[in-house]
Amino acid sequence: MSRKVAIVATGQTHHKARRDDVNIVELVHEAVERCLEDAELSIDSIDAVLIGNMEHFEGIYLSDMWCADVSGARGRLGMKITTGGSTGTSLAIAAYYLVASGLFDTALCVGWQKQSEGDTTAGLISATDPIWERASFAGAFGTFAAAAVQFMKEFNVTEEHAAKIAVKNRQNGRRNPYAHLKLDITVEDVLNSRMLAYPIRMLDMCPASEGACALIFACEEKAKKITDKPAWVAAAETRHDSPFIGDVPMFMDLRTLRSASAAAYKKAGIVNPLKELDVIELYEPVSWAEISFLDALWLCERGKIVELIDKGVTSMEGELPVNPSGGVLCTNPIGATAMCRVAEAAIQIRGQGGERQVPGVRTALATGYGGNWWSDVMILKSSL
Amino acid sequence: MSGPGVRRIDYHAVLPYRYAAGRTASRFFTELRDHKRFMATKCTCCGKAFVPPRPVCGECFLPLEEWVEVGPRGTLVGYTVVYFPFLDPLTGKERPVPYGYGFILLDGVSTKIQHFIEETDISKLRFGLRVEPVFEDARKGSFADIRFFRIVEEP
Repeated sequence: MSRKVAIVATGQTHHKARRDDVNIVELVHEAVERCLEDAELSIDSIDAVLIGNMEHFEGIYLSDMWCADVSGARGRLGMKITTGGSTGTSLAIAAYYLVASGLFDTALCVGWQKQSEGDTTAGLISATDPIWERASFAGAFGTFAAAAVQFMKEFNVTEEHAAKIAVKNRQNGRRNPYAHLKLDITVEDVLNSRMLAYPIRMLDMCPASEGACALIFACEEKAKKITDKPAWVAAAETRHDSPFIGDVPMFMDLRTLRSASAAAYKKAGIVNPLKELDVIELYEPVSWAEISFLDALWLCERGKIVELIDKGVTSMEGELPVNPSGGVLCTNPIGATAMCRVAEAAIQIRGQGGERQVPGVRTALATGYGGNWWSDVMILKSSL
Repeated sequence: MSGPGVRRIDYHAVLPYRYAAGRTASRFFTELRDHKRFMATKCTCCGKAFVPPRPVCGECFLPLEEWVEVGPRGTLVGYTVVYFPFLDPLTGKERPVPYGYGFILLDGVSTKIQHFIEETDISKLRFGLRVEPVFEDARKGSFADIRFFRIVEEP
């Protein structure tokens, strides 16, 4: 039987396109320091440190070693975890497992990325199999675009639907002091922005950001001493799929998220997610993905998610706000991106959301997404 | 006297790699190069034929030893036209735009492959179009031996 575990602190940098004032090590240190400050702990209280980024973007592979001084890994368990886009949730889930196992009472995890130091799309393409898929892979947006065409034809989703998501998340991001993009844009602005690959336009896509995010997990006994507002982990699930892009149904059915969320609901005792969840922090790399990925979360009958979105259910004032942080469309330091989802879920439960706080959050769901259409889900609760 | 602070340090690296094709890909690309023929591995348990061929069926977790000839024609099941250039890691240069990009289900295969599509007018692309590969004259034994897939009319 595993132990009860809570997130007791979060810390993140103010995410930006470029941080020439700090190097990787200094960037990671910022997030770790802010996280320890949030917990009012010194590094001596931390039993294990996990770190990760998406490799090949900066051309640096031993980031756990480079950052050992600033992450706090010196003299204790320190390991790197890297799973592409889902690195941030993999780190969080691994830290949860360490503490739940009973072998460690506290664990700190930190995800980071410094995208301006290399070439993002070349880095992304190098994540694909060099023999089979590298010659024609069209980067993230080419694959998303082909998936979006399929999705729009099958479920009558329009470019306007996607544009509304792009606007909603950018407006939410304006209330988040840590968000990278703070854009006051309209649906017309999105529809008039440059076409990248049909039907995806510039303002439909996430930015490339630099930043880091950290979390501290603690066992029940320690958590209650550290904070009076722990965010308890009610469930954590992860699902991989085939390594080949052509094997999976893509936006038509993100089956990994469908399966992971169903299992997580069961663990967390959630029967009607639309009613029982108070907020969702969704990993949406492109506006279209928010529509498709929400459709996989069992909130309604399959293919009907646009009806809920049209009713405003996912807006800040709606029944189930999605991405109060502004989501990935505002902030995308890849190795930290998925952890930012978990951090925001914890912030919302802990009532630290400031201008973007959703009132009375008791249950929050965060997702992570990575290649190749792989999903992570974490559900946090104010009490277990 | 002091100048502006050091902000960035440029570093350019050339990192050459030589990947082993492996037994499965080696057979596939030899057939493609020498005979313009697509070969798939087939699972004796679930019956699925795979391109790219692979050594193990991920769903049944069984080694795949049976080979079947498939294609070369197929059906377009996903598409876009890409207008935004980026660095191609195979060449280090920007890929010329626009270009068609799609997912093709080769005849007799259970999994899609991705490749370039000759057509770059989005209004002329649709699901279910029949397509065929156009091969390079000088083939070297890689997926780049296929220049692109083009739309074919079938009765």
